Amino acid sequence: MDTKNGSGSGSEVARPVLEGPDIARVLTRIAHEIVERAKGADDVVLLGIPTRGVFLGQRLAAKLAEITGREIPVGSLDITMYRDDLRMHPPRALARTEIPADGIDGRLVVLVDDVLFSGRTIRAALDALNDIGRPRAVQLAVLVDRGHRELPIRADYVGKNLPTSLRETVKVQLAEEDGRDTVLLGEKQAAPVGEQ
Amino acid sequence: MMRHLISAADLSRDDAVLILDTAEEMARVADRPIKKLPALRGRTVVNLFFEDSTRTRISFEAAEKRLSADVINFAAKGSSVSKGESLKDTAQTLEAMGVDAVVIRHGASGAPYNLATSGWIDAAVINAGDGTHQHPTQALLDAFTMRRRLIGPDAGLGQDLGGKRITVVGDVLHSRVARSNVDLLHTLGAEVTLVAPPTLVPVGVESWPCEVSYSLDQVLAKSDAVMMLRVQRERMNAAFFPTEREYARRYGLDSDRMAKMPEHAIVMHPGPMVRGMEITAEVADSERCTAIEQVANGVHTRMAVLYLLLGGNEPAGSPAARTEESK
Repeated sequence: MDTKNGSGSGSEVARPVLEGPDIARVLTRIAHEIVERAKGADDVVLLGIPTRGVFLGQRLAAKLAEITGREIPVGSLDITMYRDDLRMHPPRALARTEIPADGIDGRLVVLVDDVLFSGRTIRAALDALNDIGRPRAVQLAVLVDRGHRELPIRADYVGKNLPTSLRETVKVQLAEEDGRDTVLLGEKQAAPVGEQ
Repeated sequence: MMRHLISAADLSRDDAVLILDTAEEMARVADRPIKKLPALRGRTVVNLFFEDSTRTRISFEAAEKRLSADVINFAAKGSSVSKGESLKDTAQTLEAMGVDAVVIRHGASGAPYNLATSGWIDAAVINAGDGTHQHPTQALLDAFTMRRRLIGPDAGLGQDLGGKRITVVGDVLHSRVARSNVDLLHTLGAEVTLVAPPTLVPVGVESWPCEVSYSLDQVLAKSDAVMMLRVQRERMNAAFFPTEREYARRYGLDSDRMAKMPEHAIVMHPGPMVRGMEITAEVADSERCTAIEQVANGVHTRMAVLYLLLGGNEPAGSPAARTEESK
């Protein structure tokens, strides 16, 4: 659950590629794109993928409410038990799945995540959605697309396309969780525990 | 967390809180139209029940099925065990069939421990009650129920039961539920008081991390939860108290006694209840009695235990458990 290691003092090689104001602008743009593509966002439901996707989803919902003047249902979708690498690690602590009261049947679900990488998280999210209801359509919004897809998945709304090498790490920090808004690009540390 | 769940005493505070937090998320699945999760797909779990049980077996079975495990039920009655097969041979048979976990209930204290440590099988062993020893998942579901009722479903996340005063009343001598609860509640920071007739207090209780009282009326007013134990007639082969009526008068919970409890306090019972003995029908049917809730919570808690023991390549909480998430 925790994505804290590698950040803070140990990140002398990490450099910011997006700062707080950039993130705010990017989210405003994505909100406008959602309204444009969904022709008014009447039936949009935002589902953030824990941990940071949830905060991005809430921020997007606030922006959409500003633009459309309506409350946009927002929730969270935990994908832990749907991961394809569940059997390769010890079990992770579960995060909260919070589906808005009116459900997702017949709605346009926009999944929100911080980084799009292999695409496996999104595949798991699609499986998880399947157990919850049948949306009219599912779209994907991400703050950063760093490439290296391992599955035929693409994002509908991308904050920033960030070409990376596999030796690099992309780390999103958000005020709600980390105390500040920034996207850091760094070199992978020697210990190959996980990648992002 | 360890590979097996044999005793509530083996759980650290962090293990127990992780199980309760996971159970809280599992509880939310019960509200969905499809109450199923894929976490144990392709895993085989055997429910090995050498002793009669309805709710524990059904509860485990529901939990296993909701996590998509393949479930094999094995009741000793009408099986090879009634033909004289030993636990070792039964275990090796199961091992040969390739089971991933064994949920075992046995009349002999220590049978699950034996199964887990003997080398007869590789599977994870979950104790579903052994003799008068332990019933750890019952203690976990009780703690889960207390945390939900006394602190709150969301407010309780990450919290233990620090400072809560829990009174356990009745047949402590024969009760594995009481033993497991004392261990777990102590680990979670609660203060436990056992109340029982002197004849139903086990030898060596002074080494347990709890208080002992012989008077129910004295402790009711300072209890956040009162847990009534069933009087286990099937294990009573001596006269532990003169008459059932006398027991009910001194240690049974009726509405007069319930009125002495603090406003927020709850009445718990692991079931099956013997109405008129340890609890009156009035109390059993009251809002404050959580017996039915405990049954529902049993499924959530057992789902959490099964997921944390079997969901990954090794149990949760082991050194590599908290690595970065791959996207």
